[in-house]
Amino acid sequence: MTNDRNAIADIWGGRTPYGPGESWPARVDMHLAEGVTEADVQRWVRTASLLHSNGDAMDIAVRDGKIVGVRGRADDIVNRGRLGPKDLYGWQANASPDRLTQPLIRQGGRLVRCDWDTAMNRIVAQSKDLLGTHGPSAIAFYTSGQLFAEEYFTLAAIGHGAIGTNHMDGNTRLCTATAAAALKESFACDGQPGSYLDVDHADVIAMFGHNVAETQPVLWMRVLDRLAGSQPPRLICVDPRDTHVARAARDSGGVHLAPLPGTNLALMNGLLHEIVANDWVDHAYVQANTVGWAELRERVAEYPPDRVARICGIDAAAIRTAAGVLGKAQRLLSTVLQGFYQSHQASAASVQVNNLNLIRGQLGRPGAGILQMNGQPTAENTRECGADGDMSGFRNWSNDAHVADLAKHWNLEIKQIPHMTPPTHAMQMFRYIEQGSIKMLWVSATNPAVSLPELARIRSILGQERLFLVVQDIFPTETTELADVVLPAATWGEKTGCFTNACRVVHLSERAVEPPGEARADLDIFLDYARGMDFRDKDGKPFPAWHDAPSAFAAWAASTQGRPCDYTGLSHDVLRERVSGVPWPCNAEHPDGTERLYADGKFSAAPDYCESYGRDMVTGAPFEASDYKALNPDGKAILRAGEYLPPHEAPSGEYPLVLITGRTVYHFHTRTKTGRVAELQQAAPEIWVECSAGDARRAGLAEGDLAEISTARGAVRARLRITGVRNGVLFLPFHYGYWDRPGAEHSRAANELTQTDWDPVSKQPLYKTAAAALAKVPEGADPVVPVQPTRASTGAMQ
Amino acid sequence: MSKLPLALRALHRAELSLGRDLLMVADRHEADHEIRYVARDLARWPRIHVQRLAEVGAAHGAHLNADPHWSLPMLSKTSQKVSVALGRRPEPALLLLADLRRLHRKAAGASLDWEIVAQAAHAMQATDLLELSQQCHPQTLRIMRWANAQLKVHSPQAIAS
Repeated sequence: MTNDRNAIADIWGGRTPYGPGESWPARVDMHLAEGVTEADVQRWVRTASLLHSNGDAMDIAVRDGKIVGVRGRADDIVNRGRLGPKDLYGWQANASPDRLTQPLIRQGGRLVRCDWDTAMNRIVAQSKDLLGTHGPSAIAFYTSGQLFAEEYFTLAAIGHGAIGTNHMDGNTRLCTATAAAALKESFACDGQPGSYLDVDHADVIAMFGHNVAETQPVLWMRVLDRLAGSQPPRLICVDPRDTHVARAARDSGGVHLAPLPGTNLALMNGLLHEIVANDWVDHAYVQANTVGWAELRERVAEYPPDRVARICGIDAAAIRTAAGVLGKAQRLLSTVLQGFYQSHQASAASVQVNNLNLIRGQLGRPGAGILQMNGQPTAENTRECGADGDMSGFRNWSNDAHVADLAKHWNLEIKQIPHMTPPTHAMQMFRYIEQGSIKMLWVSATNPAVSLPELARIRSILGQERLFLVVQDIFPTETTELADVVLPAATWGEKTGCFTNACRVVHLSERAVEPPGEARADLDIFLDYARGMDFRDKDGKPFPAWHDAPSAFAAWAASTQGRPCDYTGLSHDVLRERVSGVPWPCNAEHPDGTERLYADGKFSAAPDYCESYGRDMVTGAPFEASDYKALNPDGKAILRAGEYLPPHEAPSGEYPLVLITGRTVYHFHTRTKTGRVAELQQAAPEIWVECSAGDARRAGLAEGDLAEISTARGAVRARLRITGVRNGVLFLPFHYGYWDRPGAEHSRAANELTQTDWDPVSKQPLYKTAAAALAKVPEGADPVVPVQPTRASTGAMQ
Repeated sequence: MSKLPLALRALHRAELSLGRDLLMVADRHEADHEIRYVARDLARWPRIHVQRLAEVGAAHGAHLNADPHWSLPMLSKTSQKVSVALGRRPEPALLLLADLRRLHRKAAGASLDWEIVAQAAHAMQATDLLELSQQCHPQTLRIMRWANAQLKVHSPQAIAS
């Protein structure tokens, strides 16, 4: 039974209700190109979605060497056959006529076509020259949440190992760094504790800054099916916007809290205050499995609901009611995403969500879990493989034995792997480029000229003559425009590799069709560079020792042995033979994988084993091994308290509102793929701005008027939509740049307006606390396309 | 006669100087955003310490200014402008190391002054001072560790490049 609905209008499809403890019924969603039926499909090729972090498992339909559609996999625990709008339509971007199909090189100020040897020789010559004259600290890598595990592991080996630079990060810094940081603070190690299967059991689901209906529509289908079944869960939603999730929370008998942007930590401390004051605490669990209880109790005592209500601009009664729902939950699932991760005091606030589940003893059993979510599809692999500032295999940069262990796997000398400080995070890398000490940047599969904050600054940094910029991508972007060398890459469906979703589920993604023109798999590009550079291990053999995706995976899996993310039970062949989707750790002890971590209070937090000793919640300074051993000798979970500080940019007379940026269900990142898919592009063709009815009235604006949104950094024009966002807050989607509207003169991308500021613990940039003004633009002043409301955020339908 | 007022004045002076220096470093490194924002966040602590010291100190014979000047707005604006103007130059990276080194020494000095006051408070059974020290001293140490951590992060690139 397959279902080919119009997923633009009907985002979540029909209900298949189920009750607590039952398994989620399958529903197979499919979309084939017009005129193609299932009978016409010659091959179905296994993969999962690369357009969000949910990891929806699917098969690609192939006919005559072309992708002609997709179908969900009913056997997969993640989606049980369901697909969201981006899954169903996004594949069409692969065949877009403006794919990059040949390398480009800058000559006389212009990018001109060249062959692979010319492009790669240029990069190799530049690298060797810089290494000879300035050493490894002149070279940096900025990668993605879009590549595969094999590619990240290879990039980490080349950057941290062969070259020995400390400068490597991913754009996962923008989406998932706080998830990792919050887990490291509480559990001394990254690794998602919970599972999507916890939705099947929970009696309360609390979503903190997580607009799951749009960011992970298939996970939301699972929640909707629970809500439609017997004994539905109650929902708690924290979001300044009145989203579909917010309304479902109210309808479920739960609570929607809409705090002022930048006050999440105060709110969390207020909720914990009530949990403690009412003694909804599992003291036996806290006593047996945690350290730090006394300090946490003392800290949250400073945040009674009345004080928190004043800080957050919400009702004290609502805080008490929400705390009551959380405090009495029997099976509490808590989830967190960008509303916390990209906001002021990101890590400290997200850690309090961990604390909520810990002090209530709600962890490691069905329905009781934590999901610190990812934004991007392969963000988890960037973290595991060490291409984002982490060390491969969740090893600890501050533990010399861990560095030695990795050096052994790579067969390199220890001193070749820099570990005098934590690796340089993306925002600091761009600062070093600004100062001129990083002279070569290699960007893979991401578009910082639209996605980073304060774009005028980013353009001026990337546009410098003294920077040698390599950009590897599948389309021309705002960033390739600034490059010295552009490398055409193959993408999903055109190469084989593995990736892991937000709840640790590993999928194999197989090559279905040939890449266009001379485009090549990212893995092959990196390995080609390594051969060109003639990297050698300590026995003089070519490094890396692997040569294709299966051998890269085997090397990666071998290097994880005994680590929390143990992949030793997996290989491409094993994944091909199995029911799709295996959650790690998967090894001899757990051959079928592991649904949830930290059952029975067993953590990966022992001082010699843990990935991180943690950081100070306010200063971000890393703790030393001796601090950590004194605090947590027995490797328990850590309750870390945090004090609220006001946001760095407060609304003022000139800029009286707070701007938050975010996303829509129809687009991914900077729309390089989804903007080239007719269904998705037409569903949300143009940037819009949301504000409340009161703020619109005060600015003299009506629905559909052209508005100018300005901050100290710049101005953007967008049509106005009046929504249930709280007073004082503006919302802009961040997806829209300039590649499809060249005349927009830098007045379209939301990040023209955001400020350069980041969380001191996770180093994740903050996109949700810019002071902004809203004004009307006279009609005829700008040729903006009228906005079609996107349904999920207006809530026009279910 | 007790020398406690002397020790309290020294501590007050050290915390005042640390707070002023944090604000100055923030201004001088406007283009290094983590320094700029976190230094200003941390400057809240010495401000509170100075205020509390003035309140508690009065009972122990020390008359201390609870609300001193923390920065000179003109100088602050100029420093910010200069640091932005030098944003593309490599020299501020070395200046930052010098500034962090000085901040660390100032925080260490203030920390030792807290030790002295806390020890005296023990000897004199001055519970109010002991409590004050227990609340404030850890924050002074956190500032010190922050300066140390930032120095560790910034020195390899500033020196090696």
